[in-house]
Amino acid sequence: MSLIRYQFPELTNWSSFDRLNSLRDEMTRLFDFSWPSRDSGLFSGWSPALDVWDDKDNLVVKVELPGLKKEEINLSLHDGVLTISGERKHEVEKTEGQSFRSERYFGKFQRSVTLPTAVDASKVNAAYKDGVLTVELPKAEEAKPKQIAVGVS
Amino acid sequence: MNTTLNKPESQQTGAQNGTSRVNYLTPLANILETKDGYVLEAEMPGVNKDGLEITVENGELTLIGRRAPVENRGREVYRESRAFDYRRTFELDPSIDTAGITAKIDQGVLKLQLPKAEAVKPRKIAVRD
Repeated sequence: MSLIRYQFPELTNWSSFDRLNSLRDEMTRLFDFSWPSRDSGLFSGWSPALDVWDDKDNLVVKVELPGLKKEEINLSLHDGVLTISGERKHEVEKTEGQSFRSERYFGKFQRSVTLPTAVDASKVNAAYKDGVLTVELPKAEEAKPKQIAVGVS
Repeated sequence: MNTTLNKPESQQTGAQNGTSRVNYLTPLANILETKDGYVLEAEMPGVNKDGLEITVENGELTLIGRRAPVENRGREVYRESRAFDYRRTFELDPSIDTAGITAKIDQGVLKLQLPKAEAVKPRKIAVRD
């Protein structure tokens, strides 16, 4: 009689974990996104709400970014894609007291939006007020609606 | 002791007249306890000093933030934000000195300092010879 512990064949060598990992890799590849990194909390980020408005002459992009300094916001416009990025840093060190509720996001954010019409990049204007970033992008001349007068012959 | 500021989850508050229902957003909040009191931060983008209403009643702190009116921006192409005002109620720790509460808002973040009453602050007692 042998006294060797019976091992379930499917539980050997942590192979199931390997399989899980490869499955995760497959999924990552499939969806082409990266999983939240461990140090960034439950969700990898902060995705500030973004609105796009269109009046006749301008596109207006608004992003809710409470509690930043205007120097901490980066804006770039490249190939018709407006990118807003930045980082919100903790104001108070966590060690200073005991936290009872921690719902606000801190850390990096980035939002990009493909603009629906061509804009004049040299005349873009951005303002940050009451925690809302407003970017005004004047439409390029060729993208503006035009009135065509009907001539009377 | 685990008394602290609690939040009843209330996204919607019906108006008293029953005809119109007022929707509110619950602002995200952080609460930190320090030696001298609590610090409460609540995110209310789009709200400035004039739109704030902060009340303390029956041991409850209510924060209401009304958005500053925005001029017409034309046609809406894409929208993620919600235009509702903000409202949230917190139950106050009885140790808080309600008369000493101070508030300020900076770039859409409301910050409240809620000091503890002198009587409950940790006090060092000197031992005499």
